[in-house]
Formats: sequence, structure tokens, C-alpha cells
Amino acid sequence: MITDGIIYGINKNMITVEFKGDIRQNEVAHVIIGDQRLKSEVVRIRENLADLQVFEDTKGLKRGDKVEFSGELLTVQLGPGLLGQLFDGLQNPLHKLAEQYGQFLKRGKAVAALSAEQLWLFSPALKPGAVVRAGETLGTVPEALFEHQIMVPFNLTGIYEVVEIADRAEYRVNDKIALLKDGKGNLRPLSMNFFWPVRQAVNIYQERLRPVEPLISQIRIIDTMFPVAKGGTFCIPGPFGAGKTVLQQLTSRNAQVDIVIIAACGERAGEVVETIRQFPQITDPLTGRSLMERTIIVGNTSSMPVAARESSVYTAVTMAEYYRQMGLDVLLLADSTSRWAQAMRERSGRLEEIPGEEAFPAYLESIIASFYERAGLVRLRDGRTGSVTIGGTVSPAGGNFDEPVTQATLKVVGAFHGLSRERSDARHYPAIDPLTSWSRYQSFIGSEQREMIIKLLSRANEIEQMMKVVGEEGTSIADFLIYLKGLFFDGVYLQQNGFDPVDGATSKERQSHVFELLEKIISGYFAFDNKDEARAFFQKLRLSFLNLNSAVWDSDDFSRYENQLAGLISESCQQEEDAIDITNRQAFMEQDFDSTFIRARSTRTLKDGMPLHHGDDYRGEDADDLQ
Amino acid sequence: MRTIYNKIRRVSGNVIMVQAEGVGFGELAMVAAPGGSSLAEVIKIEDNRIFLQVFGGSSGISTGSEVQFLGHGLKVAFSENLLGRVFNGIGEPRDKGPRFTDNLIEITGEPVNPAKRVIPHKMIHTGIPMIDLFNSLVESQKISIFTSAGEPYNALLSRVALQAQVDIILLGGMGVRFDDYLFLKNALEEGGALTRSILFIHTAAEPVAECLMVPDLCLAVAEAFALEGKNVLVLLTDMTNFCDALKEVAISMEQVPANRGYPGDLYSQLAARYEKAVDFEEAGSVTILSVTTMPGNDVTHPVPDNTGYITEGQYYLNNGRIEPFGSLSRLKQLVNKDSREDHRAIMDGMVHLYADYQETLEKKAMGFRMSAWDNKLLDYGTAFERELLDLSVNIPLAAALDRSWQILSACFKPQETGLSSELIDKFWPVNDEKSKVDQDRA
Ligand SMILES: Nc1ncnc2c1ncn2[C@@H]1O[C@H](COP(=O)(O)OP(=O)(O)O)[C@@H](O)[C@H]1O
Ligand SMILES: [Mg+2]
Repeated sequence: MITDGIIYGINKNMITVEFKGDIRQNEVAHVIIGDQRLKSEVVRIRENLADLQVFEDTKGLKRGDKVEFSGELLTVQLGPGLLGQLFDGLQNPLHKLAEQYGQFLKRGKAVAALSAEQLWLFSPALKPGAVVRAGETLGTVPEALFEHQIMVPFNLTGIYEVVEIADRAEYRVNDKIALLKDGKGNLRPLSMNFFWPVRQAVNIYQERLRPVEPLISQIRIIDTMFPVAKGGTFCIPGPFGAGKTVLQQLTSRNAQVDIVIIAACGERAGEVVETIRQFPQITDPLTGRSLMERTIIVGNTSSMPVAARESSVYTAVTMAEYYRQMGLDVLLLADSTSRWAQAMRERSGRLEEIPGEEAFPAYLESIIASFYERAGLVRLRDGRTGSVTIGGTVSPAGGNFDEPVTQATLKVVGAFHGLSRERSDARHYPAIDPLTSWSRYQSFIGSEQREMIIKLLSRANEIEQMMKVVGEEGTSIADFLIYLKGLFFDGVYLQQNGFDPVDGATSKERQSHVFELLEKIISGYFAFDNKDEARAFFQKLRLSFLNLNSAVWDSDDFSRYENQLAGLISESCQQEEDAIDITNRQAFMEQDFDSTFIRARSTRTLKDGMPLHHGDDYRGEDADDLQ
Repeated sequence: MRTIYNKIRRVSGNVIMVQAEGVGFGELAMVAAPGGSSLAEVIKIEDNRIFLQVFGGSSGISTGSEVQFLGHGLKVAFSENLLGRVFNGIGEPRDKGPRFTDNLIEITGEPVNPAKRVIPHKMIHTGIPMIDLFNSLVESQKISIFTSAGEPYNALLSRVALQAQVDIILLGGMGVRFDDYLFLKNALEEGGALTRSILFIHTAAEPVAECLMVPDLCLAVAEAFALEGKNVLVLLTDMTNFCDALKEVAISMEQVPANRGYPGDLYSQLAARYEKAVDFEEAGSVTILSVTTMPGNDVTHPVPDNTGYITEGQYYLNNGRIEPFGSLSRLKQLVNKDSREDHRAIMDGMVHLYADYQETLEKKAMGFRMSAWDNKLLDYGTAFERELLDLSVNIPLAAALDRSWQILSACFKPQETGLSSELIDKFWPVNDEKSKVDQDRA
């Protein structure tokens, strides 16, 4: 039986409804205003009054307006045809809305996520008589690059027998393709799509595994220094304009995964437009297909309803989990999780809950944690693996990381890519600060090498600070060289021109190759007579290296610049031959870099780049393995 | 005739509460007060208790004052006749012109469907190198001037407005000093632009809350013109006053503040306005250039902070010039790839070197010996400031690029600039030009 109610109060997008009968927390209801039906969700129940967040503008609503409760939770539709689409936070396809309703997002207009007309070529994967459980494959349809698996709906519990299964032919998503029978003999017809409540994680798998395989983003500072693993989590906090969005856009283009889901959460509509207009024109070099075919965008941008912004990240992660169940690697990028947190703050404020820090609700931390917990590498019941990797940007108030959302996020993610204002002001992109960022995941370079670079950079930074006090004349030439090396490594490797067609994306092979070259320079011994000479040399080296960076991998230009560089290096740098043997050289370097690294390290990293202060509440993949 | 209510049960700040029936959320009302009646808007409903934000302020309102609901939300007249006219913050004529009652459009705040937007692609030329070369302004961009009291921000606004090739200019003033209003109006008039301008001006002397509607009025009119195919530039000065008015309402409603007294939805409130900037697929565009004065010149203050997160960049106007650091046009890469091939490289290279110059200045100030490199940087920095940074410089983009190469070649050897060999081969000025610059400078 469907419960009705009437509006008692209105406070922006929060309404209070007087109801009779039974309703449940988080169920969907519709406010009826004229011929419009405004979607809303129950967020609190007190006696005969329920508070509902309305996913639309509430202008013109009156006390006494009718509300219909649906009995259903907030769900998304799962089936073939999600890829390549642009949805709003409630999974309305925006292109279809535009076709039907024009330039503006009219209130109360909804369209099904999946086209009811489109035909899909279904191939059955099993025969009548087979026994199946939730999540198992009934058959497949080709969708973009993949064999999209038509699975037994995730919400079916227990074991079913396949009574009928459709023949290989074309069907619409709502056509019946199978008939199942449960243990009691009840029949259950299935189509190619089903609904799943967004706030509930899909957890039908054998086990969760520890994320180890690097997810290659083709951004050097990330892959080499602060890597992300498939099934892992990372966050990108940074003040406005530091490059969070550009970094995510680059990642969404170049990351080597099967599917990318972009949750544009409460940020600029223009940024979504760039993606939807450009991706169809870009060919993914890995697959030779348009990038849009592996992408789903959930765009609930800043001027769209705030309550729908709150649910948009769940819409996105639910679709990610759905494709993960097919054994695919899915990357979810959320920009910005702070807007999502702010949407919760607005809701909490209207509910007059006791506020925590900066008026965020007291449960902020646990909600952030449970969102990132939906990432993971899993072994499915049929033995294949699939993963959801989640990366969220954070937009801290005043650019100060010491605020609730950043802090709560840092507690739960596996990698931290902190953007710094100094670096972005100096146009050192990507502005990830190598001295504060960290990652718990394994890089393709060894951890000693990673450590060596961190040592170099922190020592170089220290010398730079020192030089501000004692001047260049008060700095030894040995120190000055370390400073130049740090500057050089930063300039030609960590910095990367995102808008350059070549430099914008660096493959793993190329990173390894170039890194080796750089290692030679960093560990090389140079004899210069004076600082100006040293500086001039590194300027020259830098220029050659930048040329190398914009030369196509494996091209003639590349080898030419590489030879040029090799020439420059052998001219001024005494390599192993004349320098002491390897171990000695290592010792020499350590002595050079170490003095302060100990301190830097103790504040920054403990194990695999994991921050020390998280040692006490380490709840990483080790713990997950036990599940 | 609609019912008149006179049971005012609460007056707090600019918010009053009246008992009434059948009132819609967001509906407007007229509240009778001793000094004349004032417009008000329904901001909360709780049973039959209706909370109203009174734009004229609550001063003098009695428990028996009359409240008449109008049955609709905020509307604004829209027609070509608006051009050249000046209105106040609630849309009433400020000049001697007629009042419009036809063709009223309701301000719905419906967002544009992102699927219907196009990627901005047309550069707006301003003749200011710090904008054109370093942070290009783009049609349909929303961008703010971050500045502080006393800076010539209104002069900058009017300069951009006059230089820009737009069809219609909307000027929204919030809490502007009367002098500034006259200055802006005169500037538009003298520049011959007043006849294609529409002004909604709330002055500092008027009730604070009356500035709350200025952005909505301007943007609704701008959007209507854009849908007719016009390219519209909206100037909003000063958005900090708008935010402060929002803060007052929130405090009157006893909302828990999120940050330094400002409400938690400040971001969403600002976004609802700034996101009106748009380039329509089959029609015109709306570009927003606003002024945000930073209290205490502090960019981490909630107003500039939230603004920076929404706008597509900001120009820092400090000591009478647009700062090269921090200033940012997020859309510049959409237009500077097609302007001239050296545009991007010059833009980055010049700023890199200017940053190095700043460091050298610091060192110099601390009394360190200047190396040969430091001395080059010092020459460079001085030339850069004089020939490009100064706000009085008014040259087209191509000239600004040429000038950049001349400054570079006068100060550095090619490989010291960090620019690619390809560009250097093509653009590095030959010697006689260099000596010419040297002469010019002498
Ligand atoms: N990797 C990059 N390469 C070049 N420019 C960048 C890069 N990252 C950011 N930028 C510049 O900085 C601007 C702001 O970046 P954006 O990602 O929008 O910042 P945020 O999302 O942190 O506010 C961009 O418009 C661009 O001009
Ligand atoms: Mg961003």
C-alpha cells in the first residue's frame, strides 16, 4: 500500500511532511505540484512528521501540497547502454532531457537512464536447467568494447534454476530474456536490466584482494612517485586553481583502465562540457575507439539541485560496481568531494542537527570512509577479478588542508596527491607537491629509488631555503649542485605539460626509460669550477630534456635528442668508470642527501610512503584480506 | 483581491514571521511599513508560520503591519526598451524613465542543461597584456577581479566593458558608493556604450537586503537577451556586499554558520548566479566579470575563497596592477592555442622568469651579492613591469607577444629562457632589432 502525506513545512530543499501509515528511511517520495512530480527522499522520521530532501527547486510549494511515498529506495538502472552517456545526479540522461525539454533543466522532468527502444544482440551463456545466483552471467550483449554481461539481478537471494533462456537474437532492455525458478517453485522473469539502491554497496564477490597492480595514469609524478593501484583510493586536495580538475581530466583521458566514470559533483558545468564535447573526438590509443565509449559522466554541477549533488556520487559508484562485476577495471573520479560534503552540511543544517567542525555534520568522517570503502579489487565468484578505483578531489576552505573534509579523507585513502599554491602560482604543473604527497602503493620503480628521489628533493629544497638566508656565495658548490639537480629533476620529470600532445601522457615504458637516464644524472659526479658554469650546464641540459619530452616515443627525434643528452652528460659528468664503485657512490650520495632526510621522512613516511601518524589506525588492505 | 495578513509574530534582523495560509515558498509579498511599503520574499514555511525576508529592512515594522502576498515570485520586465535605462536593486526605475509592466519574465533559476552548452572559444580582446597575453578572457567566461577597497577596480571594469565587442552590457551594482555609480555610468556614456547598457544599481545608502536581487535581475535579463542571440557582458560590483547580505539573512534565521559567520550554502548561492554564464549552442552568450573585494586583502576569506572555486579564474588587482601570480583565466587554453603559436610558450616562459626575478629581488633585499644571472633577472623584471605589467599599457595581443620577445632577447641568451629551440629559431629577434630596443630604452 502506498502511503500519502501533505507538506507541513518548507525550508529551501528540505520539506517536512505529515504522513499516515508506514514509510521507511531513505525511501523515495514525490511532491505533487500541478502536473509536476518532484522527486525527494526521506532523510528523517519523527513521529508523524518526515523530513524529505527534495531533488528539485521547491519554489511555489505550499503547506498542504500532496506527497506520495513510493516504498522504494533511491535506485539506479543497471544494464547495457550506460557507457558513453551523460547523466545528472539521479541518472537522468541529460542529452535526452535536452532533446525533449530544451535548453534548461525543467523541474520535475525525468527520463529513464537506458533507452527502451535500443536493440541489443543477446547471446545466452547457459542452458535451461542451469543453477544460478545473484551476479552470475545469463548471457552477453556487445556494448562498445566489451561483452556486456547480463547478470542475475544483484538483489536476488538464494539459488535459482534457469527455466527458460532467450535464444541468440536482438532484444530491448525490458524484454524478457530468462525465466528463473526459486527453491519454492516461484517463477521470476528477468529482463536485461534491473535496479539497485545507490546507497548500498554491491558486495557479491568471493573476496577482496589487496590492490597491488599499478594503475598507470601516464602522469609521471603520480606513476613514478605517488602511484595508485587498481582497486585503490587516492585524493587530490588543493586550493582553487591549483589544477585538481585538469589533473582529473588528464587522468580520465590517459588512465589505462577499462572504464572511467566521472562524477562532476557540484563543480562547473563548463568542465563537463569540455569532456562531453572532446571525448567523442579523441581516439583511445589503446583500443582505437573513441574515448567516450569507455566513459560515463555523472554531472550534477554547481547550479543543479544540491540534494541531487549529494546522491550523485552514489549513483556514480553504483555504476562502477556494476561494471566491476563483469571483471573490468573501473576508475571513478569525483570532482569535488567537498561539494558533496557541503551538500551534506546543507542538509544537516536544515535538519538542525548538532554541528561538528565548520558546521559539517558529526558523522562526516564515517560517511567519507564508507564511500571510499566502495573501492576495491575483488575476486568474483567465477574467479575473475574486477576493480573499482576511486580518486576524489578535495576543495579545502581557504586552501588549508587542516579542515574536516581533507582530514577525514586522508584517514582512509591510499595515496595523497596534495597540490600546492606555490607550485601552481609558479606554473609548475601538475602542482602535486612532492615534499608532502605520499602513496602506500608500489611504484614500478623500486622503493629505494623512490626514496632516493625524495631525499634529493627534500635536500634540494632545504638548500634552497638555506640559500635565501646565506646567499649563493655562502653555499658550497657541492650543495649548489644538489640544488640544481633537484630543480632539474623537478623541471623535466615531475613537471609535465598537460596540454602538449606528447608530453601530456607518458607511457610506463617511456617513464622507466627516461627515469633511468635521469638517475645517471642525479647520481653522477660533476666537476664545475664555479656556480655560473654549473647553472649554465643544467640550463642546457634542461632545454635538451624538454625537447626530448616533446619528441614522440621511439621516433628519430627522440633518439636524436637522447644522443644529444648523452653527449652532454658524458662531457661533464664522471660516471661509474672513474668514480668509485657503485656501493661507494651510493654511500657518497646517502651522506649528501641524508642529513635532513631523516627528519623529513619521519614526519612524512613510514612504510611505502604511508604517513606515520596513520600508523595507529592503519586499516588498509591487510585488514581487508581477512574478510 | 488577495487576503491581507497582519499577525506579525516575530521580527528579527530583516526577517519577519507572519501567520498566513496558502502561501508558496519563494513567493513575494508587500509589507506595509511607516516609511512606505517594502518588498519581501518567503524564505521558510512552518505550518502556518511564514518567514519573510524584507528587502527594505524591518525597521519600523509593527506587529500589526499589513502583509499582502503577491502570488508569484520575483519577475523582471524584459524588452529592448530596457536599453539605456537605470533601475534600483529591486527593479524600480532610478532614472526618470517609465516603469515596465509588460513582458514580465519570472526568475526561475533553472540551470542550463550541460548538454546544451558549447565549449567557449572566442577570445575577448581587452588591450591589456596582463589579460590578453597572460590570462585571456573568453566569451561566456565567469571571472572575478579580486581586489581590495581603494583599488581602481571600477575603472578596470569599465575599460574592459568598453573594449569588449559585446552586444549588450548589464551592470549590477551592489552597495556601490554613489560616486562610483556616477563614475561607471559616465564611463559608459562617454564610451558611447550607455545605449546598449542596462543598469541595476543598489547604492550603499539603501537598505542592505535590496542588493540581494541585483545579480538575479541582471542575469535573468542577460539570459533572455542571450537566448535571442545576443552576446551579453554582465558586470557585477561588488559581490562581497551581496555575500554579506546573505550572511545577515542567515544570521537572522539562526542558521549555524559554516565559516566566519557565512552560511554553509554560500558556495551554492554564488554558483547559482555565476553558472548563468553560458555559451548557448544555437543562440548568444552571457559573460560575467565581477568584482570581489577581499576583506583584509585576504584571499582565504570565505567570499573570495568560495568565489575562486566557482568562477573560471580571477584577476588579482593589487597596487593598481593585475598581478601575474595568482591571476588565472581557466579558459585561456581554449583560445590561446589558436592565437599565435608562441602565445602559450611566451605566457609560461615570461612568468617563470618573472618568478625567478622575484626571488632575486628577495635576495637582493637581504644584501646578497648578485650573480651574473641575478643581474640579468633584475634587468628582465624591470623591463617586464614597465612594458607589460603596467595597467596603462594598451596594445593588441600580437604587439604584446612581439614586445615579450624583445624583452627576452634584450636580457637573455636564447637557451636561458627555457623556450623551445623551435620557437627561438622562429621568433628570436635578430640583432638590429635588439639594439633598437636598447635604444628605445635608453
Ligand atoms: N597540468 C596542467 N598544465 C597546464 N596548465 C594547468 C595544469 N593544471 C592546471 N592548469 C591551469 O590551471 C587552471 C586551473 O586548473 P583547475 O584544474 O581548473 O584547478 P582547480 O580544479 O584546482 O580549481 C587551468 O585552467 C589551467 O590553466
Ligand atoms: Mg576544479
